[in-house]
Amino acid sequence: MALPEQAPAAARPAPLALRRATLADREGALGRLLMAPAFLYVILLVGIPFVLAILLSFSGARSGSLAFSWVGLYHFATIIRDDQFQRTLVNTLIFTVVSQILVMILATTAANVLEAAFVGKRAVRMVLLLPWAVPVSLATMAWAWIFDSTFSVINWTLRAGGLMKGWIYWLGDTELAMAAIIIIHVWRMFPFATVVLLAGLTAIPTEIREAAVIDGASFWRRLFQVNLPLLLPVVAVAVLFGVVFTSTDLSVVYLLTRGGPYNSTHVLSSLAFQRGILGGDLGQGAAIALFLLPALVLVAIGLLRLARRSEVGG
Amino acid sequence: MAYVETKDLRKAFGDVVAVDGVSLSVGEGELLVLLGPSGCGKTTLMRMIAGLETPTSGEIWIAGERVDVDVPPRARGIAMVFQSYALYPHKTAYKNIAFPLEAMATPPAQVRERVAIGARRFGIERLLSRFPRQLSGGERQRVALARAVVRDPKVFLFDEPLSNLDAQLRALARYELREFQRQIGTTTIYVTHDQVEAMGLGDRIAVMDKGKVRQVGTPQDVYDYPTDTFVATFLGSPPMNLVEHDEQTLYGFRPEHLLPRAAFAQEEDVVIYHLRVRQVEHLGADRLIYGHLEEETRADQPVIAALPVTIPTPVAEDQVYEFAVPARAMRYFDRTTGLRRLDGAA
Repeated sequence: MALPEQAPAAARPAPLALRRATLADREGALGRLLMAPAFLYVILLVGIPFVLAILLSFSGARSGSLAFSWVGLYHFATIIRDDQFQRTLVNTLIFTVVSQILVMILATTAANVLEAAFVGKRAVRMVLLLPWAVPVSLATMAWAWIFDSTFSVINWTLRAGGLMKGWIYWLGDTELAMAAIIIIHVWRMFPFATVVLLAGLTAIPTEIREAAVIDGASFWRRLFQVNLPLLLPVVAVAVLFGVVFTSTDLSVVYLLTRGGPYNSTHVLSSLAFQRGILGGDLGQGAAIALFLLPALVLVAIGLLRLARRSEVGG
Repeated sequence: MAYVETKDLRKAFGDVVAVDGVSLSVGEGELLVLLGPSGCGKTTLMRMIAGLETPTSGEIWIAGERVDVDVPPRARGIAMVFQSYALYPHKTAYKNIAFPLEAMATPPAQVRERVAIGARRFGIERLLSRFPRQLSGGERQRVALARAVVRDPKVFLFDEPLSNLDAQLRALARYELREFQRQIGTTTIYVTHDQVEAMGLGDRIAVMDKGKVRQVGTPQDVYDYPTDTFVATFLGSPPMNLVEHDEQTLYGFRPEHLLPRAAFAQEEDVVIYHLRVRQVEHLGADRLIYGHLEEETRADQPVIAALPVTIPTPVAEDQVYEFAVPARAMRYFDRTTGLRRLDGAA
């Protein structure tokens, strides 16, 4: 068949300018170029300070001096024998484990509630996210009033309701101060975990959940035998985020109690800040801050493996 | 006697009426197929019977008990096989089959025994320790069936359970499903959009469109005597030919009844059409002839004829041939209402 004299536009050769490969055609180069900002960011603002911190923890560096002396594991040996450090380590573990357990229970409950259809669901979702969106300093200030020794809303309410005779000094008592810290942190962290779990819950195929209803499973059986196991990968990731954010959190402790009363509520990061920055012993501060790193790495590997294993289903 | 019955059942999602006043009854041990195009309301109807949706109005009765109010799915004595099979991906085949039994707090020894019986029935004893992702489509379907059957349900509900199988497997699975349903004799409601499946499986078929049941009857009945033009064209592949004869009347005939005039005896009562052939498809057992009518009053109407290989009359494209439809196979429909009429008189 003969071609018509005037070939259609698509059949004619492209204009010269379009025949050269542009940057957008060379995927290798384009990819590297687009990755560069993120790469630089990580190297400059995460990688280098991280390496510096590791170096510092093996050095006798103090603030106000540029001297850098190698002291090996001296700082680690010192802090392990330090009562204050031991107490802080235990605090950090309690803080992390207790608040994560509470966060997961609250978030699972909230996600299941929010998943059900009810009037005003969107508004409730919005409100629920607020604690997460409010700046931590502002929120902690508000909580500081709630736990205040004179004006505590909780105390006034309990007294007015006739539920309590005496007076609770929330931030003056070691255990209560720790409890207050955990309460604030849980309040801050659970909205995010709820959103993650809600996303995970929505991703479970409807037919599987309906099959469980038809198969006659009760609410608890569906929760523990169907929904939660299928949520496991998402839960693992949520817990991983929670553990990392909690065990490295400085803000709540520092803003609410500054480690008090009698340095009894310090966690590793607040102690590291106190010793390293305020006290000027950069080396020891770095050692305290890095102490949990190996454990955290192991936890992260464990949780990620759990997430991957349950994703492939057994 | 009706074992499952719906009375004027209605379901509206906002302004959309998914099921619009359906009254159906299914006899004990019967297999009723709900057939219709997607969006016709068949799945919503089944989900209401299962208890996964609450009816807007109307009643549902299972085994003489009204279930649409205050009877949750678990108490309705139903088992359902889903389109995706909906196996629990984190449980082995054994655990999947045992799940409904465990939910009923069956003693462990009895669970083991009944899972074993169910597995044997479907020939999946070897697969019990595998996870769903390690099973093929056909094997998954068997596990899903075993899970449905171990509980001894009053009613089986099937939601397009064969649509995920490939064509070859589907015919076999259809046969096995029918065989199994006959054996255990449990009342079954089966949803599909595939008319071949519906014809092959159903004791009766309920054809649905736009939320309403258009016709209920045996497969042969629904195929031979469609109640309106929708049923006539939805069933059969290729569908029934509909030809305008006058202002009021459509003549309907199945492609397999439109044959060369010579295929009929001279004295047989037939309606004659002149067919200009546009295209011929050789499908092995049949030849499909696409053509247009040459009749003056009914010119240019497209029709399809299906000639079995036993009629070797040569047919060439772009030629006009004399075809005929036997009067006994001719159906008549009203052009305005689409409903079938008893004769072709205007």
